[in-house]
Amino acid sequence: MNRRPKLELLDKRRIEQIIDDALELLSKVGVFVENKEGLKLLDEAGAKIDKKKKRVHIKSELVQRCLKSAPKEIKVYDRVGRLALDLKGYNIHFDPGSAALWIYDLKKDKIREPVTSDLIRFAQLTDGLKYLKAQSTALIPSDVPKEIADRYRLFISLLYSSKPVVTGTFVKEGFEVMRDMLVSIRGSEDDLRREPLAIFDCCPSPPLKWSDLTCQNLIDCAKSGIPAELVSMPLTGATAPVTLTGALIQHTAENLSGIVIHQLAQKGSPIIYGGSPACFDMRTGTTPMGAIETMMIDSSYNQIGKYFGLPTHAYMGLSDSKTLDYQSGLESGIGAILAGLSGINVISGPGMLDFESCQSMEKLVIDNEICGMAYRLIEGIAFRKEPPFLELFKEEYLEKGFLTSPHTLKWFKEEVFFPSQVIDRFNLGEWLKKGKKTAVWRANELIEKIISSKSFDELSTEKKNELFKIIQSDAKKYGFDQELKKRFKSL
Amino acid sequence: MEKKLKGFLEECYNAVLEGDKQKAEKLATEAVKSGYDPYLVIENGLVQGIEKLGERWEQGTCFLPELVLGAEAVKAGISILQEPILKSKAGRKNLPRVIIGTIEGDIHDIGKTLVATMLSANGFEVIDLGVDVKSDNFVKMAKKYEPKFLCLSSLLTTTMQNEIRVIEGLKKANLRKKLKVMVGGAPASLSWAKEIGADLYAENAISAVKVAQREIGHESKRK
Ligand code: B12
Repeated sequence: MNRRPKLELLDKRRIEQIIDDALELLSKVGVFVENKEGLKLLDEAGAKIDKKKKRVHIKSELVQRCLKSAPKEIKVYDRVGRLALDLKGYNIHFDPGSAALWIYDLKKDKIREPVTSDLIRFAQLTDGLKYLKAQSTALIPSDVPKEIADRYRLFISLLYSSKPVVTGTFVKEGFEVMRDMLVSIRGSEDDLRREPLAIFDCCPSPPLKWSDLTCQNLIDCAKSGIPAELVSMPLTGATAPVTLTGALIQHTAENLSGIVIHQLAQKGSPIIYGGSPACFDMRTGTTPMGAIETMMIDSSYNQIGKYFGLPTHAYMGLSDSKTLDYQSGLESGIGAILAGLSGINVISGPGMLDFESCQSMEKLVIDNEICGMAYRLIEGIAFRKEPPFLELFKEEYLEKGFLTSPHTLKWFKEEVFFPSQVIDRFNLGEWLKKGKKTAVWRANELIEKIISSKSFDELSTEKKNELFKIIQSDAKKYGFDQELKKRFKSL
Repeated sequence: MEKKLKGFLEECYNAVLEGDKQKAEKLATEAVKSGYDPYLVIENGLVQGIEKLGERWEQGTCFLPELVLGAEAVKAGISILQEPILKSKAGRKNLPRVIIGTIEGDIHDIGKTLVATMLSANGFEVIDLGVDVKSDNFVKMAKKYEPKFLCLSSLLTTTMQNEIRVIEGLKKANLRKKLKVMVGGAPASLSWAKEIGADLYAENAISAVKVAQREIGHESKRK
């Protein structure tokens, strides 16, 4: 077996100390819960509730009990029913950063609002990128009523790609519509429970609070068996202590409180230990995802999640740059590699710019290569026993070189990761002859190729119609059903 | 007296630069006792300090905690200096009033609170309604307090739509022309402001102050 290279910033003693502190925090200070159902569940489980302050004090025993019932492995399947994500151990899977407000239009060099055709192309492109194991509802469409934008994204994703979807809702009403779409693909609620097709993000509000909406999301996910992903986001020095350890303690407590609420709503339901913390920038007041300290918090809480034996998630492999430049590449590269080394099970980020606000298709194509390299890196170095090593250095090879030796022919494709044309490895002359193109423009050329050549799994007409009916009846509430009908005439 | 006053204003200015709330309070109390014109102390002392910090912040040489500490110092000073203003009926010149809040359905508040803090530190009277503020409530409060500005913060595309409802509500209550609506937050933009019929947009807390000051014809004195 190859040695799986790993990044571990915390040792066992530190992990246990942070967990102890978080448990003490939960029992002494507690968490705010603004949701009635959540409060009721906690009350019934014997948690001490300060009714006036809506603050819940959770004892360690209750946390331990809920940790025990949370599944240690989550399998997520694509639309066709193939296993796509096996969330356990050090397995890693990349998916595009989700819910961008903008899209970067390279040809116009402009950041603009995304429209339906962008969403379609984005889904098709993601479908064709090998190292992205899931898609996400990555763009917020501006050409539909804003109230239904969250579920419209899911509708487009399911139509144009078969990969499973990392998503989430922005309002309480969104959940049911989105669940119905997923159920319609699988056939029944039970089938969806057995073969999850999507993951829903649920964000506690830092510090130590569950808002009505996100707590309800968490409970709804638990009941329907849709994997919930805890996205706890301490912002150092703004909504959390400024030290990385302080932020980690808060992050641990927020995740544990989420697991408790979730498992109380439905024992054994799948839940992912995750987050989107940031090292708050004290000069600009922004939340940089490309900061090295942000990534250090990510990598460390992932270790804590693993200590509990739970599947983990983080937002890494993204950048705060507003354009495709050196910064966008270096921040994304460092993030994806560190995430890979950390063994984070769900890594959301590729394509994203501007603090989780702007997506770029060109960047997605480039990041796909970074992800490919991360997969290669974690395979580690193989020790191949055959042939005995001295044979590798036969007189013949020493004279003629190794280019055509049987050993080279046998292994060169296995040992080396071959990136697409995005990564330039031509010599200077060749590069000049090919038009001196940058990676960004090479990526741009690939987009069309991938979208047009990809023979992705079409959804049956029957299922398409079912999906359409669901979004249409929702759109009707906002007077948008006729327009929708026109737009999707061909379905 | 002139010289003494100048030195005094300088001290106020410095207290803000140092983010020294206690000193600002002490100076404000002293100003009231000595009978200095409270507006003068606010505008030529405290506010100039925060404007300087704002300038430094834009240049990247002042950190957010320092900016906020400075703002807290100004706020503390203003609240003391306001007392005599409120008492004296004659010559009463109210601070320009602002109502601010995060729109219904949205609980993001870091940016909104920063904007509120910077506005109040720059001599605005700010009423902060918090987060997830019902559209009707914005209208109700606008009716009650008659602010010069109504500031709406939104970070979510799904709920920013509610800003339109606030504007509709203002129209119905005959308040629309009496105040300026300013919008902000990550998904907002100048074109969004135009689209929904808001008056103003600003991309961050410092420019929110500038935009509001420009509206009321207030120019920074220290260049
Ligand atoms: C921190 C954060 C949270 C925290 C908020 C904590 C808090 N107390 O506020 C928590 C975890 C609670 C949260 C929750 C959610 N969030 Co959030 N969040 C963010 C994040 C990462 C940073 C926002 C922030 O505070 N920035 C720092 C401050 C200082 O900046 P700012 O808010 O932009 O404010 C500045 C300017 O915009 C301006 N400004 C702000 N308001 C105003 C008002 C006026 C009048 C003016 C003039 C100027 C102005 O001045 C400020 C100072 O310079 C953003 C990402 C982003 N790019 O913005 C996502 C983001 C806004 N969230 C997002 C989402 C989806 C959510 C959730 C729906 C997730 C979920 N499914 O649970 C929930 C929403 C719950 C709800 N109903 O509101 C999306 C929105 C996508 C969309 N299309 O709408 C974003 C863009 C991230 C993403 N791409 O997914 N979130």
